[in-house]
Amino acid sequence: MEIKCHRVACGCASGPALVTREAISFLGNVDAATGVVVDPAHGLFGQSIAGKVLIFPGGKGSTVGSYVIYQLKKRGLAPAAMINIRSEPIVAVGAIISGIPLVDRVTEEILRVKSGTVVEVDADNGWIRTI
Amino acid sequence: MYLSREEEGIYQGERGETLRRMMEILVALGDIYGAEKLVPVRSVQIAGVSYKNIGEAGLEWISDLEGQVVVPSILNPAGMDLCRWQEMGIQEEFAQKQQQTIEAYRRLGVTIDCTCTPYQIYQGPSSLASPGDHLAWSESSAVSYANSVIGARTNREGGPSALAAALVGKTALYGYHLDENRLPTHLVEVEADLHGSDYGALGFLVGRTVKDGVPFFRLKGQRTVPDELKALGAAMAASGSVALYYVENVTPEPPGPWQPMETIRLGRKEIDEIYALYPAGGANAVALGCPHCSSEELEKIAGLLQGQKVQKELWVCTARKIAEAHPQLVAIIEESGACVFCDTCMVVSPATERFSRMMTSSGKALAYLPGLAGVGAGLGSLEECIDVALGRRQ
Repeated sequence: MEIKCHRVACGCASGPALVTREAISFLGNVDAATGVVVDPAHGLFGQSIAGKVLIFPGGKGSTVGSYVIYQLKKRGLAPAAMINIRSEPIVAVGAIISGIPLVDRVTEEILRVKSGTVVEVDADNGWIRTI
Repeated sequence: MYLSREEEGIYQGERGETLRRMMEILVALGDIYGAEKLVPVRSVQIAGVSYKNIGEAGLEWISDLEGQVVVPSILNPAGMDLCRWQEMGIQEEFAQKQQQTIEAYRRLGVTIDCTCTPYQIYQGPSSLASPGDHLAWSESSAVSYANSVIGARTNREGGPSALAAALVGKTALYGYHLDENRLPTHLVEVEADLHGSDYGALGFLVGRTVKDGVPFFRLKGQRTVPDELKALGAAMAASGSVALYYVENVTPEPPGPWQPMETIRLGRKEIDEIYALYPAGGANAVALGCPHCSSEELEKIAGLLQGQKVQKELWVCTARKIAEAHPQLVAIIEESGACVFCDTCMVVSPATERFSRMMTSSGKALAYLPGLAGVGAGLGSLEECIDVALGRRQ
């Protein structure tokens, strides 16, 4: 399956999908030291986002979340790429300053991808492919 | 979004990786908010300064950046007085991290003025904002003052987007940069004689009601002074997220005809209810200068404190340049036992956390102290606050 999308932050990457229908607040939901979702109330609780293609509707919460994404990247614990239905400034800025490919403007169909499916993201050319 | 050839080149990385990412931030935000193009900015005020807020993650990012700002750029308040942090009760470890953050900004060519009132320290030829200028400012009360009182145009920028604007010299043209978003949404009619902290109480009330709207105030027979407008806007930006307001016959006018979605009528009763809800009761410290004190406010405070001794800790927060311009006033205030702290305030400094309840004259501090610092807050006029500090009232 190949899906058209809109580039937010440039680059190409692939990895196993990690999918949630819930928005993510990187400050609070994710531990910057381990890359694991530590908020028990979040659907991804206990899972590592490191190296994944993280598929979620969008970000929320504190703008410090952008810096948390950067810290994850520096520690090698960031997602390989991210896909949003609609990016908002926190995740957009976080992805850009960290050099993580981020795309958006896809339909909610994308949230039906099963976690673990290998997904390729080419932000520069605006497409997503599931393998 | 349209990019000029030069902008496109930066976006493609022709001028290095830092500028490429900065341009990518501006373009991404422009895309998100539907901007047609970028616009040059006169000045930038950068958020993400207090180490309490940005933490290790933010410090790492700023330290890794390379480049130089291309427009006059200053900072938001920091988490401490950069010189007298020990007197504030700041821990050594925090102080080191805060200094590193400041140095990282200095390296990028940012001027180290940590203040929420840039318009008070840069006036005349050195002004950072004139009517009609596009800006990229961050601190919510400064944004409100620039938009409303000066008649400049700025959105409320986050740390990275402000720094992107400083390094590129531009911002995306959306939101409060456009006339269509600068029309009033609410008419607020106030039938009361208002003075000083009343404007903070009024802003606290109105911000909660209008949220991110644009209120137009009709104040009966008032002669509102700049410090009162500062207090009004600051409180509305804290209890709501108001970034632009109008006061009839006082501020610049709306850019076209408008119809309010809603009319709000307030009087003395509603204002007094706010004071009653947030009494001084049990305050163990008093804090003034949110937003940072002007020269006029320092003078008023010095007049009230002259020859007296405070019984409770009293902080007077201001910009370093204001304090440096008035050494006699600072000396009078400090002879009373009060402290004039620069570069910081009670809202962004972790030093506030050791108090259980603070008395303040600021509607903004009233809105933020409980949530950000876990400190109870009481509201009173400047005179009442000084009386509490002097032990004349509880």
